[in-house]
Amino acid sequence: VSAAPSAFSDEKGGSASEPEYGHDPASGGIFSSDYKRHDDLKEMLDSNKDSLKLEAMKRIVAMIARGKNASDLFPAVVKNVACKNIEVKKLVYVYLVRYAEEQQDLALLSISTFQRGLKDPNQLIRASALRVLSSIRVTIIVPIMMLAIKEAASDMSPYVRKTAAHAIPKLHSLDPEQKDQLIEVIEKLLADKTTLVAGSVVMAFEEVCPDRIDLIHKNYRKLCNLLIDVEEWGQVVIINMLTRYARTQFLNPNINESLLEENSEKAFYASDDEEEEDKKAEPATLAKRKPYVMDPDHRLLLRNTKPLLQSRNAAVVMAVAQLYFHLAPKAEVGIIAKALVRLMRSHSEVQYVVLQNVATMSIKRRGMFEPYLKSFYIRSTDPTQIKVLKLEVLTNLANETNISTILREFQTYIKSMDKDFVAASIQAIGRCATNIGEVRDTCLNGLVQLLSNRDELVVAESVVVIKKLLQMQPEQHSDIIKHMAKLIDNIQVPMARASILWLIGEYCEHVPKIAPDVLRKMAKSFTNEEDIVKLQIINLAAKLYLTNSKQSKLLTQYVLNLAKYDQNYDIRDRARFIRQLIVPTDKSGALSKYAKKLFLALKPAPVLESPFKDRDHFQLGSLSHLLNAKAAGYQELPNWPESAPDPSVRNVEVKDSVCAERTVLTGPEEVPTRVKCSSRKDRKEKKVEKPFYSDSEGESGPTESADSGNCESDSGSGSASASGSDESGSGSESEESGEETESDEEEEDEEEEKKKRKKLDKTKAKKQAEESAERCTIHTIHQISCIINFDQFDMNKITSVFSQTLAPSGSIKMYELLHRIKGEGLAVEYCFSRQPFSPEPNMVAVQIQFTNNTNSETKNLHIEDPRLQSGMRIREFAEIDVLAAGESVTVVMGIDFCDSTQAANFQLCTHTRKFFVSIQPPVGELMTPAFLTENDFKKEQGKLMGMNEILEKLTLGEKCVNEHVIVERVTATANLSRVPCGSDKECRFAGKTVSSGCLVLVTVTTKEGGGAQLTVNCEKMLIGTMLVKDILQALSQ
Amino acid sequence: MPVLDITLKDNALIMIHSLFLINNAGDLFLEKHWKSVISRSVCDYFFEAREKAVEPDNVPPVIRTPHHYLINIYREKIFFVSVIQTEVPPLFVIEFLHRVAETFQDYFGECSESTIKDNVVIVYELLEEMLDNGFPLATESNILKELIRPPTILRSMVNTITGSSNVGETLPTGQLSTIPWRRAGVKYTNNEAYFDVVEEIDAILDKSGTTVFAEIQGVIDACVKLSGMPDLTLSFMNPRLLDDVSFHPCVRYKRWESERVISFVPPDGNFQLMSYHISAQNLVAIPVYVKQNISFFETGSSGRLDITVGPKQTMGKTVEGLVVTVHMPKVVLSANLNATQGTYNYDPVTKILVWDIGKLNPQKLPNLKGSLSLQSGAPKPEENPSLNIDLKIQQLAISGLKVNRLDMYGEKYKPFKGVKYVTKAGKFQVRT
Repeated sequence: VSAAPSAFSDEKGGSASEPEYGHDPASGGIFSSDYKRHDDLKEMLDSNKDSLKLEAMKRIVAMIARGKNASDLFPAVVKNVACKNIEVKKLVYVYLVRYAEEQQDLALLSISTFQRGLKDPNQLIRASALRVLSSIRVTIIVPIMMLAIKEAASDMSPYVRKTAAHAIPKLHSLDPEQKDQLIEVIEKLLADKTTLVAGSVVMAFEEVCPDRIDLIHKNYRKLCNLLIDVEEWGQVVIINMLTRYARTQFLNPNINESLLEENSEKAFYASDDEEEEDKKAEPATLAKRKPYVMDPDHRLLLRNTKPLLQSRNAAVVMAVAQLYFHLAPKAEVGIIAKALVRLMRSHSEVQYVVLQNVATMSIKRRGMFEPYLKSFYIRSTDPTQIKVLKLEVLTNLANETNISTILREFQTYIKSMDKDFVAASIQAIGRCATNIGEVRDTCLNGLVQLLSNRDELVVAESVVVIKKLLQMQPEQHSDIIKHMAKLIDNIQVPMARASILWLIGEYCEHVPKIAPDVLRKMAKSFTNEEDIVKLQIINLAAKLYLTNSKQSKLLTQYVLNLAKYDQNYDIRDRARFIRQLIVPTDKSGALSKYAKKLFLALKPAPVLESPFKDRDHFQLGSLSHLLNAKAAGYQELPNWPESAPDPSVRNVEVKDSVCAERTVLTGPEEVPTRVKCSSRKDRKEKKVEKPFYSDSEGESGPTESADSGNCESDSGSGSASASGSDESGSGSESEESGEETESDEEEEDEEEEKKKRKKLDKTKAKKQAEESAERCTIHTIHQISCIINFDQFDMNKITSVFSQTLAPSGSIKMYELLHRIKGEGLAVEYCFSRQPFSPEPNMVAVQIQFTNNTNSETKNLHIEDPRLQSGMRIREFAEIDVLAAGESVTVVMGIDFCDSTQAANFQLCTHTRKFFVSIQPPVGELMTPAFLTENDFKKEQGKLMGMNEILEKLTLGEKCVNEHVIVERVTATANLSRVPCGSDKECRFAGKTVSSGCLVLVTVTTKEGGGAQLTVNCEKMLIGTMLVKDILQALSQ
Repeated sequence: MPVLDITLKDNALIMIHSLFLINNAGDLFLEKHWKSVISRSVCDYFFEAREKAVEPDNVPPVIRTPHHYLINIYREKIFFVSVIQTEVPPLFVIEFLHRVAETFQDYFGECSESTIKDNVVIVYELLEEMLDNGFPLATESNILKELIRPPTILRSMVNTITGSSNVGETLPTGQLSTIPWRRAGVKYTNNEAYFDVVEEIDAILDKSGTTVFAEIQGVIDACVKLSGMPDLTLSFMNPRLLDDVSFHPCVRYKRWESERVISFVPPDGNFQLMSYHISAQNLVAIPVYVKQNISFFETGSSGRLDITVGPKQTMGKTVEGLVVTVHMPKVVLSANLNATQGTYNYDPVTKILVWDIGKLNPQKLPNLKGSLSLQSGAPKPEENPSLNIDLKIQQLAISGLKVNRLDMYGEKYKPFKGVKYVTKAGKFQVRT
């Protein structure tokens, strides 16, 4: 199958003329069918000179560009994938992506090169390796791609993360089964705060899981705020997605207007006996009509998209325009008109699309475009399709006040040389005439004048339109009908002849003298007429027979006889049917009595409608709208919900990791000030680092936090609203989260780094000097740790550090250290945050939360007198000076458990009391995730056999139905990371113990019927045994 | 057909699947696929539409085929035909294709079949970088130029001799910074920033010379060659004139909205800073008037033509480059005219009469007069052809827009600054 397209294109290309590439002297004979010629290319590729290789690759790429088949060169090319020369490499990539699908086995040879590239310290090489790897459409590498994407999604470089987002749809199309895992990656990337990633991940979202609107909630405000700084193409995708989102989450801003209309109608039609019902209904309607208040998030979207109407990119402007059209209150939609009119000055293709959309909008919101009427005037140089669309818009915009101007314009159009356009203009006049009663006669007169036009097409079109107009008030226009009857001698266009005949037949009573004469002429020429004309002749004959049988009886018989032997069976049918109906015979049925009523019934006037009517049920700006048909993959624009879904879903909750790093959280009443000051500080920092974003972010920041503060006030918890407003203003985004820090770190130039280091030194000194007084926040510690890492380790190390930071922390379990009663009002809880403990990498980080439930302050919280097993060490948290009544504070301490589950005992002291407490770690918390490839895993497992391997059979618990649950259970039990695996029956995990760095490898193999086997490989047998016990318990629950 | 089966199974919602470049004669001379190969037979639907349209301008931009959608643009006598499989905003694709054409122009000086063929490898590399899996990746010229160096005569000579490459050896950093449109580490010995304010008058005048419709389309083109990371602010004497503007992504919208100044960190090199649109008719001065009389006689298969052009509101400047173009009716065989100034040329094939006047002298108005001969026996044309006017006025922005000052922040050196104004006729049409 795969050979078919290329063979075909060969054939096609071969038949076309063969232009050569001028500057390429050697290319002369390459394209001939003499395939031996490729031998010299192979030779060049095999040589060890880069210049020859490059030349060969250039020629090969030129072949591909012309659609020539170069697949036989695959083995020769793929060898060069590891070439040092960057350009050769690039061209090899181009080739690989094109042919890998056809030569899957050979393509696999190149994979290891890319896998190596994925680990390169240079982010650009990592990104490009991922790009090519994910573009190779070979199913067998799906697991490798999955792993690569997952890893790249937590890469410290936003550029690599962007590439990961791009790779998601590629993998999804290659293997849709991966959807669930990919959604996890998308979810993670959606939380990314860099503008570089936002557009790409939303694109991936739209392609993989556009219906998972729930993933957007938490990121909605962030996306709105980032929007202006996202690159143009990303903006389009995000805006379109947010349009759909808003339609499901907010209320129709125009709801009151539509209700108002309904109401007034009701009042008008309400009759007396309905009144009582009405009374009952009224309170309900009134309740419904409670004043509409726009959700602040809805407003946020409208406000943040508006400046993009000024974008130079037509697609962005259109995206905002459709957003406003579908989402904004009526009074605000008007602002998009100006921008759309501006786009009309762009390339004709842009004009074409914009006009299609304006045509649809102008039906619903005519007033919006009325001030720009003249921008739709037509130039003789416009392409026909543009002219016709402008005409459509002009017709839609016509009303009583501007109709005279418009008609004057139309008059000039009728004289155009472009006859298709003239025909469209005549139809437009007809539509204006039907829509606006005042000008009907003027239009009709104008059209009648056109009947004497020299161009037959013009006359024909006029006849058709006049016919429609006359149907509205025939009695006043018998002279026009007479005039048209005369035309039948000259006019040849079938549609026009048919129209005239129909008119005469329909209104034969208005022209009693002429009608039989026309029929006589037609009977004569009957055999030479077109089918539609013949049908109308029969109609005319029938109608005349019924009204004026004396004069036309014989003629009718004659016509019917002619028709009886016509070649077209429709005409024979019609003749037979009419004869039965109108000519009375003894056999004729009851219907013939009503023949006259049947034929000469009053027919309703045709309604001339715009072809763009009701097209707005398609999302404007979409391909489906343009085609007026659903295109594949079109996402229906949802209707507004009856009542708004819970708006609090968009509030951003406190994440555990964020909480761990937060400084003292004071009571709710103090939150606003604290947040403001911290965010102002952050913003200032930011300004130094990224001056180019300062304007948009700096200004939107405060208003945003005020906004979200409002809507969250009901959510109560102080901590929630604090972080919520922090999150929503991108300007006030602090560096607390790991991701931000890393990207900032990267962008920093040396100077700033130095400055920071200086600051850090100072902090250190200060800390030592006034340890007791200093309340060192975890925030700073974290920041310091980053810098230390940056200085000490290579890039890969940092990557792994950060991917750990990013590891899901939702399943963290809290343990009690000191009960509220025992602690006399002081409650202490702890958890293993699974964050690396930055000051000492081989300590386990323990996050401790103090809550003061008393009515008085607790002072000088600190640790004393640790009693530890030999080798164990503790790194205390800095003393907490004051913990006010009702407040909580979270700190982090580090404990080196020496890879044992022995408890760490120490005393917790306040200014008045001492409590003996102990922390005992579950075995799973003594390790940190290790990132291994499948091969590494197998290799390491091979080394840890025999004594170091523990096997255990188990029966999976009822809820462990799929891989997902197993992974969840295992990772909840132990701080391990997943290792990719080719088989779906197996799940693998790897980690290292925190203190000594011993590998811990876990394999869960599922079997039919709920059975499973658990394998743990670890040098430290004690840890292995305990881990087996814990995992067994977790899985069999 | 097995080919179609593949593409149908492949249900990825990719934006742009493939791109075909087709010249005016209908030769398909380049193809690029971002996913599985789509047979070029899909272009048959395009050729069919092309045939039907007669004029290349009239080809519908969106063509529907049984399994694909073709979205195409026509530029520099080349059709860029992209293949789409699923829902995508059509403008997204159209805008992208234009961006591709502009990039070619930027790289090769012109976007034509021959330059594309000459540089086919660079073209391929560019397309590879600009689109990833059908979604735009790097479209900023500053970034692309770091990834793939544009060819110069000297370099291509050196390249053929030494076999070295066009690909940048250092990797770009711009994509990674917060300002994706500017590369880092720009250095110039002469630091300069030039701005061209170019205004075009679009107008329709009727037979009697009254303005049916007039508006100004303005752009400010910039050529900025400044070292480091300059932060520029451009202000106008009369910013109130501008009520409908669009900006390069580097411009800070908020500052425009609040202070009416253009504040930006420029890309390096040439770029369009902003465009604007002035539609208030009383603000639009019409620089010339046209007195014309074109008539065809009922008998004798002939007609007369008499056109005079004169200055109207020129703000005291000279009108240059004046050209009058007339699309004659099909029956006009030849023209026998006499021009008091400039030269005229009638092409009997395209039926276009071009009168190149040059500089307009207010003392002695140019006139074109003479007879037209028609196809004998054909009826006299229904309508009179309209005239298209082209002109240029140096040192003048017809709207009266004036740049006040340009300030630079963030760098210490003093740049050379310059502003140039020019007014041109855009779509300037006189109906007869």
